[in-house]
Amino acid sequence: MDWIDWLLLVARIVIVFFALLIAVLLYIWVERKVIADMQTRTGPMRAGPRGVLITLADGIKLFFKEGITPTDADRPVYLLAPVLAILPAFLAFAVIPFGTGVTIAGREVPFQLADLNVGVLWILGMTSLGVYAVVLAGWSSGSNYPLLGGVRSSAQMISYEVGMGLALVSVLMYSGHLSMSEIVEAQGRVWNVIPQFPAFVVFLVCALAETNRPPFDLAEAETELVAGFHTEYSGITFAMFYLGEYVNTVTVSAVAVTLFLGGWRGYWPFHGAWEWLGPLLWFLLKITAVIYVFILVRATLPRMRYDRLMNFGWKVLIPFGLFWVLATGAIVVLPERYGRARGSAIAVAAIVGVGLLLSMLAPLLKDRQEVPA
Amino acid sequence: MSEDQTPERERTGWDAAVAIAKGMGTVFKQTFRSDNTEQYPNEIVPSPERSHVGRHLLNRHENGLEKCIGCELCAFACPADAIWVEGADNDPADPVSPGERYAKDYQINYLRCIMCGLCVEACPTRALTLTNNYEMAYTSREDAVLTKEQLLEPPPPLGTVEVDREGR
Repeated sequence: MDWIDWLLLVARIVIVFFALLIAVLLYIWVERKVIADMQTRTGPMRAGPRGVLITLADGIKLFFKEGITPTDADRPVYLLAPVLAILPAFLAFAVIPFGTGVTIAGREVPFQLADLNVGVLWILGMTSLGVYAVVLAGWSSGSNYPLLGGVRSSAQMISYEVGMGLALVSVLMYSGHLSMSEIVEAQGRVWNVIPQFPAFVVFLVCALAETNRPPFDLAEAETELVAGFHTEYSGITFAMFYLGEYVNTVTVSAVAVTLFLGGWRGYWPFHGAWEWLGPLLWFLLKITAVIYVFILVRATLPRMRYDRLMNFGWKVLIPFGLFWVLATGAIVVLPERYGRARGSAIAVAAIVGVGLLLSMLAPLLKDRQEVPA
Repeated sequence: MSEDQTPERERTGWDAAVAIAKGMGTVFKQTFRSDNTEQYPNEIVPSPERSHVGRHLLNRHENGLEKCIGCELCAFACPADAIWVEGADNDPADPVSPGERYAKDYQINYLRCIMCGLCVEACPTRALTLTNNYEMAYTSREDAVLTKEQLLEPPPPLGTVEVDREGR
């Protein structure tokens, strides 16, 4: 590696960092506008054309506000937590391929910061680190509501991480790769969302829970917990939590696009000098679509009750995820062993059979509160 | 869905999924409805002419005499203690209002007023009414206390008062 390689690497990192920041600025504006539209309001209108600079204005305001540390707070941890909220969110994006790449000065420049051969594990690891931010913030604030919010969200995020992991496992088994770029490569013929649709649904639900978005935003339930884990935060530290949360949402939708929606793949008629632009635009378009679904869910669904959230995670998503991992195994392995037609038939029969068996067994596993008199 | 009705089919996860999809569809359709928001400082929409939602007005008789007789019933009715009335005897040669008494001083503090309209109900001579002018933003405490002279005049048209219009 000579200095040009280093320069290109640093340039990529800086560009991705600022692109994410700008994406978050726009995303918060879009979210406010779209939800306002759905409630026959106009949303922010004053800062910039149609209020597009509102997030910037909010950020500047928060930056110049006083940051208050409560007397009972554990100061080092209290100040560390917002950093922990922001860092993993940015780091997780490092393994996302957002285009094919260009050739600059005779060098291949892939549109991906680091093509780790364990890319999916990296994503799981980084999203798990995000839990620490919430737990530490809630614990170190020295106040009751943040503590409750932190405890709730630690339980919630850990539970839903299992479901998310199971959804990822079935995708990995199906495509046979851990590296994000190779998973995109493997989706050349058909996007994973079609053969792996159940895993896609499980992943989306778990992603909402992982990023603390409504209807799973119990960690910050403002009606009962007074904003939960970040009650005591103000000024720039609060802004960091806010930013981290939204970067996380962008990252999670990028992961969904990469694993299920074919990544940067899409139709592009131009070849030659502008060939790299098409994949990039397709990637952005797909991310926008996923984020729009997130916003629509937020605008529609009320917050879940805590016990139902846990019930849903443990008794629905995780068993279903396990079942789907088995089913994916059957789909992948049986055609290889018994030939395409016969193997597929056996796989379908096995999946239907196990599904029927489970649906017959399911009533036995129910809560036994309705004992007939 | 009370208990004495015939029990419904047990609702399954599939029903919940359909309900969620329906709800999201309904919300999505709302996107295409026109917005209700008024862009206030840029575009000032007057409230209906005969609505009584805004600043007070002290009325006069057709011959120019004030209707207010300084009885202070409005001040007694006011739950926010926003009205100050000082009554005095009329000079028979040059009366301000018909009858014995008139209001020598009359002030309404709009930092206290809650626009409940009880003063208007209490007024025996219909001297005090509400108008449809809703622009009651002031830049100092003194400005927010309207004097008798100001209250006798009808409020200026919407959008003409030079207050600090931030962001216009």
